[in-house]
Amino acid sequence: MASVSTNIAANAASAAARGPKPRRTFSSRNIMLYGTLMIMSLYYLLPLWVMMMTSLKGMPEIRLGNIFAPPVEITFEPWVKAWSTACTGLNCDGLSRGFWNSVQITVPSVIISIIVASVNGYALVNWKFKGSEVFFTILIFGSFIPYQIMLYPMVILLRELGLYGSLGGLVLVHTIFGMPILTLLFRNYFSSLPEELFKAARVDGAGFWGIYLRIMLPMSLPMFVVALILQVTGIWNDFLFGVVFTKPEIYPMTVQLNNIVNSVQGVKEYNVNMAATMLTGLVPLFIYFASGKLFVRGIAAGAVKG
Amino acid sequence: MRERPFFHPEWGAGWYGGKAMATATRRGRIFRNLNAKIAALPMIFTTLVVFVGGTLWTVFYSFTDSKLLPRERFVGFDQYERLWGSSLWVTSIQNIMFFGAMSLVFTIVMGFVLAALMDQKIRFEDTFRTIMLYPFALSFVVTGLVWQWILNPDLGIQHVVREMGWTTFNFDPMNNPDTVLYGLLIAGLWQGTGFTMVLMLSGLRGIDEDIWKAVKVDGIPTWKAYLFVIIPMMRPVFITVLVLAAAGIIRLYDLVVAQTSGGPGISSQVPAMYVYRYMFSAQNLGQGFAASTMMLLSVLIVLIPWAYLEFGGKKRG
Repeated sequence: MASVSTNIAANAASAAARGPKPRRTFSSRNIMLYGTLMIMSLYYLLPLWVMMMTSLKGMPEIRLGNIFAPPVEITFEPWVKAWSTACTGLNCDGLSRGFWNSVQITVPSVIISIIVASVNGYALVNWKFKGSEVFFTILIFGSFIPYQIMLYPMVILLRELGLYGSLGGLVLVHTIFGMPILTLLFRNYFSSLPEELFKAARVDGAGFWGIYLRIMLPMSLPMFVVALILQVTGIWNDFLFGVVFTKPEIYPMTVQLNNIVNSVQGVKEYNVNMAATMLTGLVPLFIYFASGKLFVRGIAAGAVKG
Repeated sequence: MRERPFFHPEWGAGWYGGKAMATATRRGRIFRNLNAKIAALPMIFTTLVVFVGGTLWTVFYSFTDSKLLPRERFVGFDQYERLWGSSLWVTSIQNIMFFGAMSLVFTIVMGFVLAALMDQKIRFEDTFRTIMLYPFALSFVVTGLVWQWILNPDLGIQHVVREMGWTTFNFDPMNNPDTVLYGLLIAGLWQGTGFTMVLMLSGLRGIDEDIWKAVKVDGIPTWKAYLFVIIPMMRPVFITVLVLAAAGIIRLYDLVVAQTSGGPGISSQVPAMYVYRYMFSAQNLGQGFAASTMMLLSVLIVLIPWAYLEFGGKKRG
């Protein structure tokens, strides 16, 4: 908050240099500027508002009322139902099953993929071997190839390993397909560290793993947080791999959500649907709001050099 | 920037050996940095087996008549002929082209305009950014389902406006084959434009203050400065946005599955859904392989010119 006053000072100075007239709070420029931003903010906020409000209403109120209006009578019934009794096909144990599946998928996938990718990045920067750059180039190209072309070979591979349709298989898939972006992230970060650190440790007799564990790892904790944010949201939000590589009992939350909401049988309960949607969005939203600027840094670091 | 690594394997094991020495050196080369090589095995496996191997495998089997299981009975380009003769595939391609073109234009225009607005040293910048970016954290499934509900003709926006007195108001993109893609577009832009804005904003912030001062001294109007000075300077950012958006569009799948399931009829089908249908439910693998090969081809058409510009240019510079 301390920066606010300096900001205003900077504003005043630059406005004098930039704008044709000294600016007033309600100049037409400001009205246009903030007006446009507010209208755009409405577009972005509307779905969250509607989702929230709908999930807190009873069905009769939804049928009569206005989707934008706040509930007259707040009820948490839809949330309870979405979590514990909503049906997908024959199963009526709600989204909780999908939630725990997603947890079981996300936790090991995030840990393994980050470990593998950070070691990759480290090897690519400090221990180049013949062909290492070629592998890296293929890896980056691979991140642009449509997953569809690798789906079936992946199915065969998992079947051969006896992992097809299991949580372990999906963890492997996430590790493989998360590798390009994460490796890039770590490679770029490690190559920005001073080389002398590595040299000094080498002179002191530290080996590959010693340098990684004692020097690189402690020095790159911020990058690990960024990778964590990137992976938790990415894997939690995955739909395609969940559909292709698992079976109904272990469907991740996104797949189960889609099955609940888009099921053809039964009366549509929009409030339960929205509560379920909200529940599925809560984990990434929590990560987003808790991580603040690191989220921006994470996605930008992952994307810009793509 | 570091030019070369401290320990380069080629420094020790040189090129000076004769034939007898060559085997010894090669052996030495394999065992040098052995730990690093072991550590890189997952990466080597992923690139060679999954990315390269998997891609070649699928392309190879797209020339067979594989049905339930892959088999090596070659039929030449039959699968491709059937593919392009299928109205489902042709519709999917038309849809993705239309959606893609609209999506690229709107993503870039909205992303840039928002970034330019955000760059006016505004107050509450963090709040605005948080609001614009949060949809990007949500999955396409959540995005699709929320917009499906908001665009619901009986209870959503259309209903609300009609209740307010405008009884002939019509806004039902999801149930009309001609407009369903706009419904998807509204949802897709909601999810992704915040991210484009962030990329563009970082590009704008990277532009030297002196440029702006020079522009002011020359008396160039702001809009002209953006159009003819700033945008050309931001070329790398625009290319990044373009490549990322294009890669995302070709992959478009979850959003459509959640929001429209490809309907009404087949009017919002996309190639990724065609691939899934033939590979995993219609049990006609050959068609699925041919379709996914076409998807790869379309990515290469985008990717190769970009890689050429990006990396070919760097070598010259």
